Amino acid sequence: MDDLLREFIEETNESLDVVDVELVKFEQEPNNAQILDNIFRLVHTIKGTCGFLGLPRLESLAHAAETLMGKFRDGAPVTGESVSVILMSLDRIKEIVSELEANESEPIGSDEDLIDQLDRLSGIGKYAGQGTSVMDLAGEDDASEPVAEVAEEAPVAQKPVEEATHEVYQVLERELKAGEVSLDELERAFREAEGPEGFDVAQSAKEAAEAAIADAAAQKRMGKTPVTKAPAKAPVAKAKKEEPKAEKEPKSGGGAHQSIRVNVETLEHLMTMVSELVLTRNQLLEIVRRHEDSEFKVPLQRLSNVTVELQEGVMKTRMQPIGNAWQKLPRIVRDLANDLHKEIDLIMIGQDTELDRQVLELIKDPLTHMVRNSADHGLENGEERVAMGKPAKGSIILSAYHEGGHIIIDIKDDGRGIDTEKVKAKILKNELATEAELEKMSEQQINKFIFAAGFSTAEKITNVSGRGVGMDVVRNNIELIGGSVDLKSVPGKGSTFSIKIPLTLAIVSTLLVEASGDRFAIPQLSVVELVRVQNNSEHKIERIKDTPVLRLRNKLLPLIHLSNLLGIDKNEDHDISLDDNGFIVVMQVGAQNFGVVVDAVFHTEEIVVKPMATMLRHLSMFSGNTILGDGSVIMILDPNGVAQAFGSHVGTDVEAGKEEAEKQALPEEKNTVSLLIFRAGSPEPKAVPLSLVTRLEEFEIEKIEFSNGRDMVQYRGSLMPLVQVNDFVQRRTEGSQPMLVFSDAGRSMGLVVDEIVDIVDEQLNIEVSSEVPGVLGTAVIKGKATEIIDVGHYLPQAFEDWFHRKEMSEEDLLVKKLLFVDDSSFFRNMLGPVLKAAGYEVTVCSSGAEALAVLERDPSYEIVVSDIEMPEMNGFELCEAIRRQPATRDIPIIALSSLCTPAAIERGRQAGFNDYVAKFDRPGLIASLKEQRIELGVAA
Amino acid sequence: MRNHLAPEQEDESVNETIQYVTIFISGQLFGLPINRVHDVFVPESVTRVPLSQVEIAGVLNLRGRIVTAIDMRKRLGLEPLKQQGNMMAIGIEFKEESYGLIIDSVGEVLDLNESSREAVPSNLDHRWADVAAGVHRLEKELMVILDVDRVLGDMVTTSVAA
Repeated sequence: MDDLLREFIEETNESLDVVDVELVKFEQEPNNAQILDNIFRLVHTIKGTCGFLGLPRLESLAHAAETLMGKFRDGAPVTGESVSVILMSLDRIKEIVSELEANESEPIGSDEDLIDQLDRLSGIGKYAGQGTSVMDLAGEDDASEPVAEVAEEAPVAQKPVEEATHEVYQVLERELKAGEVSLDELERAFREAEGPEGFDVAQSAKEAAEAAIADAAAQKRMGKTPVTKAPAKAPVAKAKKEEPKAEKEPKSGGGAHQSIRVNVETLEHLMTMVSELVLTRNQLLEIVRRHEDSEFKVPLQRLSNVTVELQEGVMKTRMQPIGNAWQKLPRIVRDLANDLHKEIDLIMIGQDTELDRQVLELIKDPLTHMVRNSADHGLENGEERVAMGKPAKGSIILSAYHEGGHIIIDIKDDGRGIDTEKVKAKILKNELATEAELEKMSEQQINKFIFAAGFSTAEKITNVSGRGVGMDVVRNNIELIGGSVDLKSVPGKGSTFSIKIPLTLAIVSTLLVEASGDRFAIPQLSVVELVRVQNNSEHKIERIKDTPVLRLRNKLLPLIHLSNLLGIDKNEDHDISLDDNGFIVVMQVGAQNFGVVVDAVFHTEEIVVKPMATMLRHLSMFSGNTILGDGSVIMILDPNGVAQAFGSHVGTDVEAGKEEAEKQALPEEKNTVSLLIFRAGSPEPKAVPLSLVTRLEEFEIEKIEFSNGRDMVQYRGSLMPLVQVNDFVQRRTEGSQPMLVFSDAGRSMGLVVDEIVDIVDEQLNIEVSSEVPGVLGTAVIKGKATEIIDVGHYLPQAFEDWFHRKEMSEEDLLVKKLLFVDDSSFFRNMLGPVLKAAGYEVTVCSSGAEALAVLERDPSYEIVVSDIEMPEMNGFELCEAIRRQPATRDIPIIALSSLCTPAAIERGRQAGFNDYVAKFDRPGLIASLKEQRIELGVAA
Repeated sequence: MRNHLAPEQEDESVNETIQYVTIFISGQLFGLPINRVHDVFVPESVTRVPLSQVEIAGVLNLRGRIVTAIDMRKRLGLEPLKQQGNMMAIGIEFKEESYGLIIDSVGEVLDLNESSREAVPSNLDHRWADVAAGVHRLEKELMVILDVDRVLGDMVTTSVAA
């Protein structure tokens, strides 16, 4: 891009921002001539530069705006309407400038609408009758001579313009825009006009051409010649501005420049170098610390001081007043107030508070959004306010100040405050929390839900706010730069949002901690306090189930050990050293509070964050790394990552728990199994896999009825037969009787026991198999020999057709790998232990596809037992698939089905099953397994 | 960028010699083209990076730069070294970042003629084959040429995928 153009764009953008603010001010103080002069000057400069660079669209618009402002200067009343139109024109100018920035040329389009309005308000052009004539206007300007001259030549120039616009249809295939001139026209004007001496040819040509146009425009405005439809009325004052500009240049060049423009990259580079210097200094200091009487001590101290000053100096170059981020707000609030028909006073305190420009850029949008929110949702309209005894004009107070190494920005309104009930309703509607959870929350906690994703309390969606993406985006943006946002609200009095952000992102103050022998840095911004825990002190770690928590000032703080969080436990023990003396770093991220337990806390250190290598960048737990004073590298924890992991960690714990429970139900080798321990008939414990038990019940003795030779209870609308584990079970005569309920396919059975003792997770290793009916064998559970009950023995006692039981056959002790496929979890759970007791290492699959996947991974299974009736892939299909694979072709497969018709058996044989066993014929299954193994053994 | 290592170029560069820095990992001789080797250093005070890929030994400070250390034994699927006392590291630049390949020891620098270079045997363990750019037949032993870009490149892609 042309340097000149770039400079123009930068300058114009800056000027426009200022004009925005000044205009809003001016609207409130229409008599302040100084403000007006300032605005006038800025717009004038924009207009002048546009003309210089040949940007006719911008120029004509700026000119029309300037004209109107000129009227104000002459004492015309300043109305809201005129200010609005000027602001709109400025917006249009901004649009054009941004296009210009992107494409290096003015976009095609017409500003006729705005120019027309501006002209109407200044009473010129077609509205000339209502106000002063264009000549008067020109006369007001200091540099009016060229214009006046040109205007006198008007009759001459009139014709060419007319021609030009006609020719243009052929050349450009579009209408001429304001100020546009065809080449022919330019040439003619060049020939006709007498250019001022000393100007170069091109410039005079341009000027002349523009003068010609201006002239035509002037004619038109006077109502003499309605020339064409082409809007050629604007650039009257074209010629005049070159000269003032030319005069100004040398003057301003002579004045002492107080500031220079420096490329941001240069500053960034400087900053990086200073960061390196700080690190090196830290290292040197560390070395000298170890050598008591070093001659380096004094010069190093000096170096250190210089480094500090240099660091501060460089930081300063990056610092900008926060007012820069606020610049647009008065305008936004003014427009909002108009749109919403509210009266709003925006008070800004502490504009001079400085912060890093990188942070400033990032904070701009969230701030704007929050101010809009306050104006839209926070403040009531005039009548409401008066009815509540407040002044009709609402106010939004924006203040910024330093606190520690942070900057605090408060956005305070005196509106209605947050309607907690509405927030509650919304939370429930969006299912962000349950009613029970809400019960336990304070109002402030509930209010903070407005930062949750997808939350917006505005009932009506306005174009102002309430698009439902607002506050969570705000929060995210702020958290992204290591900041946090908080909220206080008093119903009827107003609400205050507090944003806390670090002054700079490059250097972070951190707390160094240790976990499992490794050191980590935690940004201090998110550290609230440190708590020392000791078993015998008032602060000690307590547990709910296995979740460690800390009582801290009557609140429960969830805890996690940093080692667990980072998966760096030294030993297998799950919550290492949580019982020991340690430190809890209480952290706050947004609204989330939690404690991170560490082994030791060292000191705080200012560190320079260095980005992590690409390979490590996916680790959300760290935000970067750095070199410490002692030369070692340390990882910097990302509080947001920790907070997230914290939430999900707790969550996955539950999930993992569930999964584990499911897994444990499968009696696989090395997997623990949840076992229900109970007593029945003898003091020795008995156990049954918990997953088999549908529920535990206690029935009152009176409810137990005797019918058809056995005990029954009415259970869930049907009769449930009761079976005693053995004859020694104490039948109670009063009170209630505990029992285990087993259900499958709509039928239930109650197994009567004496006492339910416990639920434990243990490896189920049946060490001694049993010949007693109803007992699979004995296993050591919690250090005690425990009989494992065979539920399968009791089911037929309740329902004879369930299946009937024969003696368990004894197996040799060789462990064989068996794959068991059944879609019914009941049978998986029931037959799993049976097969295991029969000496197999059982892998259980719930579908054919899963079984195939397992076999593909490990084709070393020695036998497969499969159900036939399964969804998606039935047993026949599975069998055929296994037979197709060379690796698994020879594995014996036993079909297990409740469907035992000769046809089905034949079909099974064809599919390649080695045997076909009825589902309830467990002895048959065991026998068949044995048979297959013998066959296999013979074959091998 | 190292076309001279590509097998199809072998014939053209028969008389070309390339200097290799030789290293030992678990008794096997490897060679790295010398122009890729920035440093040879003793890795000291390596900071572990929790939750990272197992091959990443950690990060360390090498003259003011943070270097990501890769455990080459793990990268090649080998058992960790028993005595971790005197390990060495090769400093490599990859995509404008610094990496250190932790190895057992460093040998001499060899000038090797391209004519003694052969393609990677097709039956080589895939973890090795993935990072090998060829094999040199030396008098006494075979030297596997390490393709640094693949050693590190694969890790970057897997970390992004993770």
